[in-house]
Amino acid sequence: MSCLETIQAYGLRAVGIGERLLPREDFTLCQQFTLIGSGMIWNIYFGLVALTFGFFLATALAVGKASPNRMLRKPAEWFIFIFRGSPLFIQFFFGYFLFLSLKGVHPFFDAFTAAWLGALIVLFLNTAAYSGEIFYGALLSIPKGDTEAADAYGMTGWPRFRRVIWPTMLRLAWPAYTNEAIFLFHATALVFFSGFPAWQQRGDALYYANYFADKTFNPFVPYPILAMYFIILTLIVVGIFGMVNARLNRHLPQNVQKKLRIRPNLIR
Amino acid sequence: MACYLTTGKHMSIYTSVFTVLLLLAITAPVALAFGFGGATAARSPLAPLRWFGKSYIAIVRGVPDIAFFLFFVIALDQGIEYLRHKALCRDWSEPIRQGNDFVVCQAAKMPLGDAPQWVHESYGFALAVLTFAIVFGAFAANVLFGAMRAVPRAQLETAEAYGMSPRQTFWRVLVPQMWVYALPGLSNLWMVLIKATPLLFLLGVEDIVYWARELGGTKTSRFTDYPHGDWRMWYFLALLVFYLIFTRISEIVLDRVMQRLTRGQATAGGEAQRKALA
Repeated sequence: MSCLETIQAYGLRAVGIGERLLPREDFTLCQQFTLIGSGMIWNIYFGLVALTFGFFLATALAVGKASPNRMLRKPAEWFIFIFRGSPLFIQFFFGYFLFLSLKGVHPFFDAFTAAWLGALIVLFLNTAAYSGEIFYGALLSIPKGDTEAADAYGMTGWPRFRRVIWPTMLRLAWPAYTNEAIFLFHATALVFFSGFPAWQQRGDALYYANYFADKTFNPFVPYPILAMYFIILTLIVVGIFGMVNARLNRHLPQNVQKKLRIRPNLIR
Repeated sequence: MACYLTTGKHMSIYTSVFTVLLLLAITAPVALAFGFGGATAARSPLAPLRWFGKSYIAIVRGVPDIAFFLFFVIALDQGIEYLRHKALCRDWSEPIRQGNDFVVCQAAKMPLGDAPQWVHESYGFALAVLTFAIVFGAFAANVLFGAMRAVPRAQLETAEAYGMSPRQTFWRVLVPQMWVYALPGLSNLWMVLIKATPLLFLLGVEDIVYWARELGGTKTSRFTDYPHGDWRMWYFLALLVFYLIFTRISEIVLDRVMQRLTRGQATAGGEAQRKALA
């Protein structure tokens, strides 16, 4: 089988399109590149969707945690504490078994035991908690002058938040939020190792890398391929977030703008 | 209920909690040592050593940690067996990698095929510790590298002015002063390390995750005196609470340590403490 045929057969294998059976013997480099790359579809899907939805919940959580109202503050604090204080791995397991028991109660929860929804929900809540804490920190460090200026203009309520507080919060939080995004993409690799079954062997990149490592008993090929894919993904994320960062800071004098410092040194 | 929680199998889940604590106790200092080595290498005047240190930090941080966990366990195992094979079986002529198989002579097996069960278990555990140490060493190296750069330049220049050699400057001035700058990063790392311990399960160690899955699964009265349905959800809820308490306690203790260390320091934190007292 030529490499082009392999790509046709396995390029979209992770979403169930193409050859049904995974290669069983005579593993070629091309097969490994193709299948692991195809698994990246899941990593990108989980990361992207969780990040998008998580962003809004995170904003709400940050505002809630900074609120003087006890009824709003306490739930936000507890939510952030629970998801930041426990390992994501355990959260995945707990989520999976929770959905499994709920499935017995009502068939509505059928879809939740599948990785595409169940794991996504866990990732979404988790990233919302981490980003919520980041945004909360940024909310506290908004310069006093900015809010005073907003007050002086007679802004209150929603316009005040939308036009002054929120943009400044994002600007301050962005470097840390970039790390969180990188980190979330790395965390997506855990999904298929934590209870959620890979239905019909449709797994993510690490699932396939692990498959090849098990079959060939040679970790020195699939894992470096996986590493390469993830480093590329990380660089893309850094690039996109860098562009957003430049836009958020465009009103500042150019030499004052802080460059993004990427220090992804957190694990969940 | 009390009887249920003290069956033989439940005893193993309690001991596996100690496995986790043991892992933390061993890994933390070893990873710190690795990190110290990595950070020192990264700022070495010798170019190859510097490249090694920097790429060690960069690669481990750029790739999901779980990939490293899966990779290093096999890679270390094969590496050790390969070396032993080269040393012990010189007259072995067949290639080691035969297609999809990794073949070494009997004497080079690690641990030996006839070794007792506990040797196998502790070998697996040792590999896991080493893997954790390598990965977390890179994170620690990153933190320490930053901390070494945060030490005011004037301190090092003063040391040079006193005629200290680079080695003396490093050990007597730089290293004692860097800890204050490193502590926030290191305490963060400690929390991360706690939260990474369930990954032990993926390395084939029978840890709490393994036992929670075992014990929580549906039990029929044929195999146990306490039949129950699928309780895995509750077992994992218990684990979740265990980790929450553990991280919370660590947070409180580390806050105290930070308070203690910033006392009298010429930093914003130290200044705030001084003002609060005055």
